[in-house]
Amino acid sequence: MSENKITNILVAGIGGQGVMTAAEILAQTALALGFDVKKTEVAGMAQRGGVVTSHVRFGDQVLSPAIPPGETDILVGFEPAEALRWVTHLRPDGVAMVNQVRQEPPVVSLGLYDYPDDPVAQMRQTGIEVHAFDAGAIARELGNLRLVNTVMLGAISEYLPFSPELLKEAILERFRARKPKLVEINEKAFEAGRATKATN
Amino acid sequence: MGWLSLPAIRLPDALRLSGLHTLRLEVTILNAVNPLPAADRRFMSGNEAVARGAWEAGCRVAAAYPGTPSTEILEYASQYEGMYTEWSINEKVSLEVAIGASLAGSRAFCAMKHVGLNVASDALMTETLIGIRGGLVIAVADDVGLSSSQNEQDSRFWGRFAHVPILEPSDAREAYQLTRTAFDLSEQFNTPVILRLTTRICHVKGVVSPGERQEFIHPEGFQKNPATQVMTPTNARHRIPLMYQREERIRQYSEECELNPIQEGSDRRIGFVTSGPAFMHVKESFPDAPVIKLGLSYPPPLEKIRALAGTVAQLVVVEEVEPLLETEIKAAGIPVLGKEILPRIGELSPSVLRPAIDRLLGEAPAAAEAEPASPAPEIKLEPGVNLFPRPPTMCVACPHLGIYYCLSKIKNTSISGDIGCYTLGAGQPWNALDTCVCMGASMGVALGLDKGRVEADANKRVIAVIGDSTFMHMGMQGLLNITYNKGNVTILLLDNRAVGMTGGQDNPASGRNLHGEETFHIDFRKVCEALGVKPERIHEVNPYELPNLFKALREEVKIDEPSVIITNQPCVLVDFYGVQPPFTVDEEKCTGCRNCLDVGCPAIFVTRRETVVKPNGKEKELAFVRIDSAVCTGCDLCPRTCGPDAIIPVQKTEDRGQKTE
Repeated sequence: MSENKITNILVAGIGGQGVMTAAEILAQTALALGFDVKKTEVAGMAQRGGVVTSHVRFGDQVLSPAIPPGETDILVGFEPAEALRWVTHLRPDGVAMVNQVRQEPPVVSLGLYDYPDDPVAQMRQTGIEVHAFDAGAIARELGNLRLVNTVMLGAISEYLPFSPELLKEAILERFRARKPKLVEINEKAFEAGRATKATN
Repeated sequence: MGWLSLPAIRLPDALRLSGLHTLRLEVTILNAVNPLPAADRRFMSGNEAVARGAWEAGCRVAAAYPGTPSTEILEYASQYEGMYTEWSINEKVSLEVAIGASLAGSRAFCAMKHVGLNVASDALMTETLIGIRGGLVIAVADDVGLSSSQNEQDSRFWGRFAHVPILEPSDAREAYQLTRTAFDLSEQFNTPVILRLTTRICHVKGVVSPGERQEFIHPEGFQKNPATQVMTPTNARHRIPLMYQREERIRQYSEECELNPIQEGSDRRIGFVTSGPAFMHVKESFPDAPVIKLGLSYPPPLEKIRALAGTVAQLVVVEEVEPLLETEIKAAGIPVLGKEILPRIGELSPSVLRPAIDRLLGEAPAAAEAEPASPAPEIKLEPGVNLFPRPPTMCVACPHLGIYYCLSKIKNTSISGDIGCYTLGAGQPWNALDTCVCMGASMGVALGLDKGRVEADANKRVIAVIGDSTFMHMGMQGLLNITYNKGNVTILLLDNRAVGMTGGQDNPASGRNLHGEETFHIDFRKVCEALGVKPERIHEVNPYELPNLFKALREEVKIDEPSVIITNQPCVLVDFYGVQPPFTVDEEKCTGCRNCLDVGCPAIFVTRRETVVKPNGKEKELAFVRIDSAVCTGCDLCPRTCGPDAIIPVQKTEDRGQKTE
């Protein structure tokens, strides 16, 4: 069974954060490298502020599109509480990369539930390797909050079974085709995300 | 065809991954990988693959009403040349259009979500007697796991009910292949064919290698043939035996065809009967077990299943959702296990399958310790126990916010709701929707609430809430029924000019068709008048102007005859919506009164809470707020709920040199 090694990446966040785009870029990069790839898309009502997760799986041959619990290699958390929600899906030697920017849902604003004091600390209690940083601040510094997506991809790029350069190239290629003006700033965002790994 | 028809792509040994921390590879190594040409390997969702398959099969007419998870099929189909595509106003019409096109000699297709076939079933149940001329394929997407639906019904029942074959792909690649196959089968057996999809097919992307389109046109076109096409009792009576004979021929085909392969396996303790995405879950979980995979799952190949049963210690049926195959296999006298050990709701993903089968083999903790069957086992938490839920919410600045703000402030009401984003009005903070059944039900249910009222409810005001698309889908008849039967109902017709919940698709309220072209634009005022509502009882209101909305609502609920309040602002997701400069909160002025939180806009956050004791001794909870100006679209709704005028345009604070978000 071990011969068919699958890489499992779980991207988690909230509708509208760019979770699906990040997952799509990861999947497309793996596809271009010749892997078999499967990727789950949004489940239903996600664009209304609900939880969004995308499972990206690639390898020789991918069967089930759902990552079995405890087999996630990399958890990309776009929001700390959402990262905490999925932490048990990681393998013991997996890695979680977490954007520290909190987003409280209306049920918290209304006082019906509490937001955890320190989701990242709770994640670390599981003994899993957790890297947390403020991707929002990096994106803001670069002048566009939408860059969080690229910053996060940069941050996980060192953990992928292929070169970070390939992922960066895939992102930039996407922007060359759609929004050429944003190529340069996305390259900066990617490198900023990549550099942050060393500091957290 | 086979489920493993993809040429195996061999990766260099350097790519055989052994652990995360040894994975950093050189670019040069990866450049040695030689994948198939990119054009031959497309990354498609199941929905995209179905659209591609239909187009390649030479399909000339495709119709659908949007519905999760099937919506994107027609959106993709509309991008192909040579195939007429439309948004129909409901699923029944979409099937009828496809039936007509089939009889006209074209290959025809319609797509819908599971509950859509309930609506279309009237057409299906007689179409099965008529048969087809051009291949007729009905794609039905079951929402296994209820990601965005009001129930979890199993569409495979329709194959049994209508005596038509059911094809079940287990990933995007098969969705593409089986869609093509479905048209061939339809013509081979003169039958409509159901292509049963689930959320795990529709919304999962995989690698597909598409081919070319092959044109199909019936040379003779439409033929007048009342005996087979006009289903009077006399004609239909003759068609029924033919339908049963056809079903028997397909049953025989099911035993012999390549669509139902047996995969041998070395571990003979358990053999599996499975179909759809569950097949992938089975192969993932038990790669060495023998499996019969049913691509043509109805009629099932019972003799083939019997043969497999004879070669394994135990046979287990893994099917989502209902025990249909299981019942039929048991009735054939074949010993098999199914729902005794597997849940009857939700997906049968590896996280559900593995523990269940391990228990069966005596390799797992006792059942008491094991996890109970759950529709969403993935959401179970350990470190994050008691983590808040993040349910879907209305969008920032949604025009429905003002409507539910008003509804939540009106006392003594019964509010029948309908299917759409506005169903969320049942939740916090509004709690202003009391029923949700099916498309259009707000109308009939409202009349029932009115006519069935008991003494205790004598003064209750009955309100129905329905969206534009739902009203056109199945609500108009219900309104006519209210006026005709002199009901006392106030109807809120929320016209946001789009099918909002599925992503803002066009409809007659947007005045554009599936291709974005200008077309007939419905006039709801005229329609309501034509359906019997008095002109003076019809009001058009801007839902962001709370005083007007309140006034209209308060007046109309007092009047003992049907009235309609039409709200006229567009969905924030569509291009009709205009973004305005954002608002922010002047923290010095905010008194913590919480009024703005009752709007329910997700851009409003609480920064701190306080409890104060009022002069009368009662405690009051205060909540001081902030607006996320980065997402606020300046709809101007929440400022109208703010007594102390603490919600102000971002511009103003900048003028005063204050810090902004």
